[in-house]
Amino acid sequence: MMLKEKFHLLRYLSDGIKSDGVLLDKYRDISYEVNTIKTAEGSCDLKLGNTHVIAGVKFEMGTPYEDTPDEGGIMINVELLPLSSPDYFPGPPTDKAIELSRVIDRGIRESGAVDLKSLCIVEGEQVLTVVVDVCAINDDGNLLDAGALASLIALKNAKIPKIENGKIDYTQLTKDTVKLKELPITITCYKIGEYVFVDPTTYEEKYYDSRLTITTIDDSSIVALQKGGEKAITISDVDKMTDLALTKSKEIRKMIKK
Amino acid sequence: MIKFSEGSVVVPGEAVAEGKEYRIGQGFYRVGEKVFASRLGILRIKEEDNFIYLVPLTGVYNPREGDTVIGKIEDFHSLGWRIDLFCPYSAMLMVREVPGYVPAGELDKVFDIGDLVCVKITKVTNNKMIDVSMNGPGLFKLNEGRIIKISSQKIPRVIGKQGSMVNMLKDKTGCKVIVGKNGLIWTKGEPKTEIIVNEAIKMIEDLSHTSGLTDRVAEMLDKKMEEYNKNKG
Repeated sequence: MMLKEKFHLLRYLSDGIKSDGVLLDKYRDISYEVNTIKTAEGSCDLKLGNTHVIAGVKFEMGTPYEDTPDEGGIMINVELLPLSSPDYFPGPPTDKAIELSRVIDRGIRESGAVDLKSLCIVEGEQVLTVVVDVCAINDDGNLLDAGALASLIALKNAKIPKIENGKIDYTQLTKDTVKLKELPITITCYKIGEYVFVDPTTYEEKYYDSRLTITTIDDSSIVALQKGGEKAITISDVDKMTDLALTKSKEIRKMIKK
Repeated sequence: MIKFSEGSVVVPGEAVAEGKEYRIGQGFYRVGEKVFASRLGILRIKEEDNFIYLVPLTGVYNPREGDTVIGKIEDFHSLGWRIDLFCPYSAMLMVREVPGYVPAGELDKVFDIGDLVCVKITKVTNNKMIDVSMNGPGLFKLNEGRIIKISSQKIPRVIGKQGSMVNMLKDKTGCKVIVGKNGLIWTKGEPKTEIIVNEAIKMIEDLSHTSGLTDRVAEMLDKKMEEYNKNKG
């Protein structure tokens, strides 16, 4: 609605809060439940304020790529269900859905979190492919961070099913989990005017100037980046954003390690 | 025989009463001897004249003459603007109903598509053609501020008896508040007090079926405003 909303939003930001009253460098309450979906090998039902996502992990049997005969695969797919927001419609994936799945995928793949070699069954012939499906149930902003966190927790809790004669028996799950070497945490920093903050609601997402998604692992090294938004960011913005992302990722890592 | 007690929540299709001695009001229909609810709402019984009616909890806005509503400019014609009232029918705002000079052929300089206006419904015909007007006190274009949308059936609770609830919201927080009967509420004030008003309205929406709401909202507002003043000073 045209109410000079961006101008109005800047008044909130200059007061040190976002439109929902949360401080600029704070996340909304995060709560999650694991393995709520019985048909998936691992799942996570995550709520970040009013944002609600569900991630599910399935294992598939496949053949490896020729250049990596002893490595399994990983695939991440984000679906923006029309029920989650008035802006989403049924049909082929939109640019936003493709970006979300690629950025989440990049964070997990490039950090080397999943030990792909452990997914190999017969070298050069049979490997397991991990498929993570993320569904947005309700979109109140920051689907990227919520989706990345949900898929990571779902992966962490996924149990590998029993494999017999080269076929997967989905009815029986072994006690083995996917080996995670790292915990890549994705934090997106947004910039409106001169203000840098994390965890926007839909209100802020409509008017942001630029954003930078930063994925970090346990030893604070950056494994993936994604820049978005129409305006440019300066070197000092990048410094500010990485500092913010590092402190936030430490907090979140502590929370999911519990 | 009524199967429910006064004030209980009924769902569509629920057999509420049996027998022809009851007169039924809005939200009910009769099949043979039985009376069924057609909407989700709260059952009200007037024992003295055997009358039952329903206070709906959900549903779309039904435009009525004299209501103050908040609408969005949808389109313009040669003589006025078409306004979306966030209900199944759109309204017409004629140029003569707008105070001040409107240059001919330049209607978009006054209100552009997407602008929000606070208007009063002057006429609703039988086939739901709605005329609105901006002549009157408290009717203007909304420039800044924040819009909250709630179910229009819950607006009476936000207004309260003779406006008690909305006046309390204004007095305690110092925000400007305009309540549109179609479910849109406009607030303007300091950012932090706007958030408090927001929370109060969410609370009213969630607890709209309970009694003693004004006292509880007052308590919550006092607590939040005390916190706000402490941090400010």
